[in-house]
Amino acid sequence: MKNILECEKGKELRIIKVHTTGSLKQRLLSFGIMRGAIITLMAFSPTKSTVELMVGKTTLALRSDEAKAIEVEVIE
Amino acid sequence: MKKIKIALVGQPNVGKSMLVNSISNAKLHVGNFTGVTVEKTVVECNYAGYNLEIVDLPGTYMLSDYSIEEIVTSEFLANEEYDIILNVVDSTNLEKNLQLTSELLNLNKKMCLALNMSDEAVKEGIEIDSPQLSLLLGIQTTKVSAVTKEGIDDLLKSIVQTFVNIKKETKLVFSEAIEEEIDSIASHLQRHGFKTKGSLRSVAIELLSGNKQRYNQLRALPIWIELQGVVAEAIEHVELHGGSDDIKEVFAEEFMSFNKGVVAEVVTTKETKEETLTLTQRIDKILIHQLFGLPIFLFLMWSLFQLTFEIGSIPMEWIENFFIWFGDVIGSTITNEEVRSLIVDGLIGGVGAVVLFVPNIIILFIGIALLESTGYMSRVAFLLDGFFHRFGLHGQSFIPLVTGFGCSIPAYMSARILKNDRDRLLTLFIIGFMSCGAKLPVYVLFVGAFFSESNAGNVLFAIYIGGALIGLIAAKILKLTAFKGVDEPFVMEMPKYRLPSMKLILHTVQTKTWMYLKKAGTFIAAASMLVWFASNYPKNLDLSALYEAKIEQTQNEELKIELENRMNEELLEKSYLGQAGKFIEPLFEPLGMDWKMAVALQTGLAAKEVVVSTLGVLYSLGNEVTDESRPLMDRLQENISFASAVAFIVIIMIYLPCLAASIVFTKEAGHYKYFFYLFIFTTITAYSLAFLAYRITLALI
Repeated sequence: MKNILECEKGKELRIIKVHTTGSLKQRLLSFGIMRGAIITLMAFSPTKSTVELMVGKTTLALRSDEAKAIEVEVIE
Repeated sequence: MKKIKIALVGQPNVGKSMLVNSISNAKLHVGNFTGVTVEKTVVECNYAGYNLEIVDLPGTYMLSDYSIEEIVTSEFLANEEYDIILNVVDSTNLEKNLQLTSELLNLNKKMCLALNMSDEAVKEGIEIDSPQLSLLLGIQTTKVSAVTKEGIDDLLKSIVQTFVNIKKETKLVFSEAIEEEIDSIASHLQRHGFKTKGSLRSVAIELLSGNKQRYNQLRALPIWIELQGVVAEAIEHVELHGGSDDIKEVFAEEFMSFNKGVVAEVVTTKETKEETLTLTQRIDKILIHQLFGLPIFLFLMWSLFQLTFEIGSIPMEWIENFFIWFGDVIGSTITNEEVRSLIVDGLIGGVGAVVLFVPNIIILFIGIALLESTGYMSRVAFLLDGFFHRFGLHGQSFIPLVTGFGCSIPAYMSARILKNDRDRLLTLFIIGFMSCGAKLPVYVLFVGAFFSESNAGNVLFAIYIGGALIGLIAAKILKLTAFKGVDEPFVMEMPKYRLPSMKLILHTVQTKTWMYLKKAGTFIAAASMLVWFASNYPKNLDLSALYEAKIEQTQNEELKIELENRMNEELLEKSYLGQAGKFIEPLFEPLGMDWKMAVALQTGLAAKEVVVSTLGVLYSLGNEVTDESRPLMDRLQENISFASAVAFIVIIMIYLPCLAASIVFTKEAGHYKYFFYLFIFTTITAYSLAFLAYRITLALI
């Protein structure tokens, strides 16, 4: 299992599962973070506590702790 | 005239408010970040014999109860009466926007779609086949641009048409497995004679997708007993089929695949300079750079305060001279000495002292407007989230906090974007530490009087940053004591960078400056006259007669002036204001402040600008004999020690916000007890820090 933080910046990744529940899950869903979606890791904030992700044409900021819950596979 | 009530719905930052402005010439506040509109606003206009009532609802990604603003929208759509939903989408990001559209389609209301930002889409080489989209969704869709006002008329036409026509069944279809379950629930409802305004299908969809309001409504009915089992079984089937134990996820995926299909059919993207990064991504490479991002932000803020002071001080002399000249001209036409003093010293002096700072205010407002409208604000939230998080604040708190540099009132309201009540309350308590525009005049006055010109911009920057840092520390303390709790997730959309339109910036700055001037002309003018009255009455005729006799007797010119000064000083001390000031003076003595400063601080509770006008009145009355055209800065410099000035600035930075802001704070916090907490919290912090600042400054000099 590979979470998004372990991946290279700029690579296209496919989401396998989002390991979270409740309101965070719903929030992520509303941004299109769900099984099968294509996602890219864009940047880290100064202390690496926050990450910038691209989902489709949407740019999102997410805390690293929460981004860990996104399980992905690299698209070859 | 027939009335059409329109619910304006869309995801955050798709330009809903700007569209309303374009339709109706209203002047709603717009910006380029999530959550500019936090409360529903109603705007009316007329079109083709219809009265259109447009309800501008806060943006929402989904119909959920994630944050207060989203609840406002969901509840309005579910419970209020309205004729049509006008769904606004961002043409440049249709797929994401359609997520909400599919949910809205399930509400089974008459609906129109506005494909906003169509001009931007054209520039990006995105083409949308709008007739085909109308066909696929079963609703009218219109390309519009709120910025260029293109297509507004077509949109209004389609609204009226949709209103007149009979509602068509929506075309949103789910995968077979879900459709089967919808049918089974709907037919169960039909068999048991359930009646509803909308269609049974939409009730079934709501039950299946876990709509709380629908559940609450049905739970009270006798059919619930059997229905419960049917729905539970249906949900189980759907989840099993979808391979997920979360029905919401299954539905989101359903919508997504429907939307993907729609987008594939109607959107064609011209392959322009493909594979290169978008402009936004290129700018982001610099502005949110892991190392340089924060220094760049700090530099930009520093520049803003340098400009505020440097450029702001250029026209200051002209304004000051104008008011002195104006006072002389008006004064010479008034024969009655009392009335002359009231008008010249009280009214013109007080208002003039406040108007003096209009240039500074304008520059600060331009800075904030740029921050809001370019899209940079969300980037700073991204940069600072880690830092904020350590102090117990949410990254998104940054947005209300920055707004607080302009005025605390909209800042308190924009704290609603925070989902969690604890986060929100915490942010509300901290907003006051971000010095608002009204405090700027006080700072500019004191910094100008007590620091060298070359240093003034830096000191101003230090005051603002210092205030923010104190706020962060206060947040940490509050988080550890009063607002303990789990941290909320941080998920925020970063909007595209946009070149702000000059018109928009001009309009925002103009409105805010005008409000400042209006306040100066009304509230501040009244307060200045009140301060004048309280510092001139009761008349102490015995005392002035005594002094005047003495002055008559002396030949020495210097002694004459000194005696006259002493008389004025003593008369001031015997006035109502002087008596009150003397009464509270002991409290302020440890901070090195005289009663005049103490009084000025108290009047600042009404509005921070009044501090300046009060100082203006108090320090001019006492020294009338010295050259009257001397600026207030010089007079403060003569009468106040450096250490007391520092203590004064510290108190202004921290103590209770103005009356109007306090009222909004109490409303947003939800209980008056929070106001008392705020009062105690800010007073104790302000007093102890001012005391420290005073002592340290004394020791250093």
